[in-house]
Amino acid sequence: MTDQVLPQVTDLPSTVAALKERFPNAVKDDTRSGYQGVIVDPAHLTEFARVIRDEFGFNYLSSVTAVDYLGHGDHLEVVYHAYRVPSGGKPLVFKAQTDRNDAVVPSLVSIYPGADFQEREAYDLYGIHFVGHPNLKRILLWEGFEGYPMRKDYHEAYYEQETKPFDSRWPGGHVFRAEEYNPFGHNVRYPAGFTLDDYKPVAEEQLQQGMALGVDIMGDPAFRTDRLIVNLGPHHPSTHGVFRMMVALTGETIESLEPVMGYLHRNHEKIGERNTWYGNMPFTDRLDYICSMANNLAYAITVEQMMGNQVSVPYRAEVIRVLMAELTRITNHLWAIGFLLNDLGAFFTPALYAIQTREYILDFFEATAGSRMMCNYMRIGGVAKDLMARIRSEAALINDKVRDMDTMEYLDKLINDRLPRSIDELDELLSESEIIKSRCIGVGLLPAEMAIAYSASGPLLRASGVPYDIRRADPYSIYPELEFDICTRPNGDIYDRYYLRLDEMRQSVRILKQILPRLKDTQGQPIFGGKTSYSIKVPAGEAYGHAENPKGELGFYCVSTGGGNPWRYHVRAPSFINLTPLGEMCKGQKVADVVAILGSIDIVLGETDR
Amino acid sequence: MYGSGILKGLGVTFRHLITTFIDDIQWLGRKRDVEVFQQKQSLANRGLVTVEYPEEKLAVPERFRFTPFLITYNQDDPDYPGKDWCTSCGICAKVCPPQCIWIVRGTDPKTGRPKPEPEQFYIDIDICMNCGYCAEYCPFDAIKMDHNYELASYDRTSTHIHDKARLSREIRYWQSIAPTIAAEEEAARGGYDHTDVQKARKKAGLEPSRPDPLKVKPAEPEPAPVAVAVAEAPAAAPQAEAPKAEAAPAASAAPAAPSSAAADGETPPHPGWIKRGKRWIDPNAKVEPVRRKGKSE
Ligand code: SF4
Ligand code: SF4
Repeated sequence: MTDQVLPQVTDLPSTVAALKERFPNAVKDDTRSGYQGVIVDPAHLTEFARVIRDEFGFNYLSSVTAVDYLGHGDHLEVVYHAYRVPSGGKPLVFKAQTDRNDAVVPSLVSIYPGADFQEREAYDLYGIHFVGHPNLKRILLWEGFEGYPMRKDYHEAYYEQETKPFDSRWPGGHVFRAEEYNPFGHNVRYPAGFTLDDYKPVAEEQLQQGMALGVDIMGDPAFRTDRLIVNLGPHHPSTHGVFRMMVALTGETIESLEPVMGYLHRNHEKIGERNTWYGNMPFTDRLDYICSMANNLAYAITVEQMMGNQVSVPYRAEVIRVLMAELTRITNHLWAIGFLLNDLGAFFTPALYAIQTREYILDFFEATAGSRMMCNYMRIGGVAKDLMARIRSEAALINDKVRDMDTMEYLDKLINDRLPRSIDELDELLSESEIIKSRCIGVGLLPAEMAIAYSASGPLLRASGVPYDIRRADPYSIYPELEFDICTRPNGDIYDRYYLRLDEMRQSVRILKQILPRLKDTQGQPIFGGKTSYSIKVPAGEAYGHAENPKGELGFYCVSTGGGNPWRYHVRAPSFINLTPLGEMCKGQKVADVVAILGSIDIVLGETDR
Repeated sequence: MYGSGILKGLGVTFRHLITTFIDDIQWLGRKRDVEVFQQKQSLANRGLVTVEYPEEKLAVPERFRFTPFLITYNQDDPDYPGKDWCTSCGICAKVCPPQCIWIVRGTDPKTGRPKPEPEQFYIDIDICMNCGYCAEYCPFDAIKMDHNYELASYDRTSTHIHDKARLSREIRYWQSIAPTIAAEEEAARGGYDHTDVQKARKKAGLEPSRPDPLKVKPAEPEPAPVAVAVAEAPAAAPQAEAPKAEAAPAASAAPAAPSSAAADGETPPHPGWIKRGKRWIDPNAKVEPVRRKGKSE
C-alpha cells in the first residue's frame, strides 16, 4: 500500500515521436480536430502492439472498440486505449482503419489476451474480422442474427428516426405503440439460407460432442466418467442473472470453461447513439444497476472532457460527486460480499446483514436523487440538485416522520457510526471462519501478470497485488486532495478478493470522513456549472473518460460530430471484461468452485450484456 | 483453535437473534406503532428492520419520482378553475430519453394558430423510465413526478397509456405530496400563479400573482362549483379509483370537495381536505400524522 500519488507519465508526446520514427510509414498522427493518438497501418498493427508493450511499457490494453464513420470518410475504425500499469498516466490511443465492405484487422489477442471478448464484440456488432483471433464468433447476439447492428446503416426493428427527439411526438403527437406497427414475429430477420428448423444452438452441438467423446455407456462395462460438458446457467441462482458457463469436466475437475452471455443484451450503445447527450444519463443507471451514481459520474466526466471550457464543475458539485461515488462503492461491496457468501452456501444470512446496511445508503440516495437505484443524479457540469436540508416525507402514511432528519446529521451518523459498525460486523462474522477460509484460500488464482494481460480491473486486479486504481493513476474529481490508500492483496485468490473489498470499504469510509467537513464548508455554493439548456451540443471530437467504479474501470468512449447526439457511444464495461480471465481462473478447479470464483469477480449482467 | 472463527461468526448471528427478541418483547403489541416504526427504521436500530408491505409502507421522500403527472389549477379556484398549466411547448417531449410523451398542441379554432394549451397529452408509462427529466426541464412547473408507485394492472393497452384526463391533477395535490418543493417553486415563480397567468394579469393591470386562494380563505364551506367538478372530476381522479367513481353517482353534491374526493363520492371531514390513500389530509396545514395504536386497520 502506498500513500503518495503515483508518478505521472508525462512523456506521451516523446513516446509517440519515438514510435513514428520506429514505424516511419505505418504510424501517423490523428490530425482530425478534437482527436488524439495515432493511426496505425493494419499491416503493422501486431508489430506495433508488441513494441509498445515490450519497449514502451504499455502493458494494459484497457479498451478495444470500433466506430463506423459512414458519411465521414466511410471507413470502420478500431480504437485501442493502452495504459501503463501500475504506474498509470494518460493512455496511448491508437487506431486502425479498414474498409467497410471488407473489414479486416489483425487480432491482438496473442499480445493482449484482454482483447479477446472486446474483439469478439466488435466482430459481433460491426462485422470486423480480426485475423488470428482464436475464437472469433458472436458474443452478445446469437448465430441466427442478421446484420451488424452497430453499423450506421443498420435499422433496428422499431426504427423510427435516426436521432431523438422524434418528430412524431410534438406538436402532432398522436400516440401509437411501436409493437402495433411491428408485431412480434415480423421484427426478426435471419441471415440468408438460415432456417429455424435446422438451427441447432452451438452449445447443444458441443454438448453432444462432449457426451460422445468420452462416454460410451453401452460399450464400457466399468462406466467410467471421462469427459462431460455441463451447462451452468443461464437460469441458475449462482450466475447473478442470466449467464451461462459451459464447462468441460473430467470427473469433477474443470478442463475448460466458456462463458456464454448476451441474454440481457439490448444494444445499449445503439440506443445511446440515437439518444441526445443528456438522454444517455438515465440509461447509464441501467448498466451496473447496483452503482448507478458511479456510472453517472463516469459518463459526466467523459462528456465534460469533450465540452472543454464550456463547462466547469463547481467545487461543491465535486464534493457531492465523491460523496455519492464512495457511498456507491460501499453499497456495491456490501452486495458483492453478501452474494459471494450466498454462492459459498451461507445462504442469505450475511447477505441480509449487508443489504440492511446498504438500505440506509439507498434511503439517502432516494431522498437526494429521487430514486434508490436509478439515480440519474449527475449532470454535465455538476449534479442535478443539492442535498435536501432534511430527509423527510410529507406523505401521509403511518410512518410520516421516519425520515424527518437533518441530512447532515444523518450523514454524520451514517458515516461515523453505522457504516464502520457494519463493516466490522461483517469482518467478525466472516473473515476468520474456517469454512470460508478452506473454500476460498488458494482457489481461483489469478497471478498479477495474468491479471494485467487480461485487462482485469478493479478489485480483481488489486487482489492480485497490482496497485492500480484510477482514482490515483489518472485522477479525476477531487480525489488528488483526499487521503486514502490503494488497497492490494498479494495472493489473487477468492479470499483476497473478499478481504480486499472489506479493506476498500474502510478506505471509502475514510474518504467520506474527509468529505463531511467539505460538505459543511461549501453549504449553499453552486452545484452546477454547465449549460442549462435541455439539449446540449458537444463540439466535434472524441474522448475516453474512465472512472474507478466499484467493479473496475468503467470507461466511456464517445465521438461527437458537433451535434446534439453522440456519433459513437461505447461503454467499456468492467463486468464484461473482467470475465475474460474466468476460463483461465477455473481451469483445474473443482466444479463447485466455479460458482464461488464467479461470485468473487462480482459481475452484474446489466453491464456485461449491455 | 480450529473452529474459533466459526464460533465467533455464530456469536454475531446469535447477537442478532437476541436483539430481535429484545425488540419483540420491548414492543409487544405495538409493532405498527408510529414511534416503534420510526425507531426500527432509524440508523440506531440493531434488531429487525423488516417492513411488512403492504400493511406497512415506507413513506417516500418528497423528491421521490415515479411516473409524471400534469398540474392544473384547483377545480375550486375562483378565477381559473381547472385550467391546465401546460403550455404544450414540447420541451418535455423532446427531452424525454425513451420518447414516451406525445403531445398534440392546441390550435385556436378562429385563427388556426397554435395556442399554448395541449389538446391531447399522452404518456406511455410502461416506456417511461422515471428519470424525471420532464419535470426538471419543464419551464412552467406544469409536469411533476408522482409518488404513487402502485400502478400494476393486468392490461397494458387500456390502462398504461395515460391520457390527459388521467394525467391531470390539481396543484393542491402536488402541494400535499411535496410541500417544500412546491413552496420553493412558488417562490421561484414569484407567486402562486402560473408564469403566463402572471404575465397576463400584469398586462390587464392586475396584481401579477394572487396569493394561494386556499391559504387565504381556509375551511369555510362554500358552494361547490358542482358542474365543473362533475365534468372534470373523473379526469383528475387516479385510475385506481375510477371504477369507484363510476359506481358512485358523481353528481353527489360534495361541498367544495376537490375533484378526487368528488370522484370517490365521499365527503371530506373538513372542506378542502383531500384524500391520500385511505386517509384524508389537509393540504394547507403542515401534515400531522394521525397516530395509530396497534393494528387498528
Ligand atoms: S415542458 Fe411543461 S409546459 Fe412544455 S409541454 Fe411539457 S409539460 Fe407542457
Ligand atoms: S420521467 Fe423521464 S421517461 Fe418518464 S416521461 Fe418524464 S422524461 Fe420521459
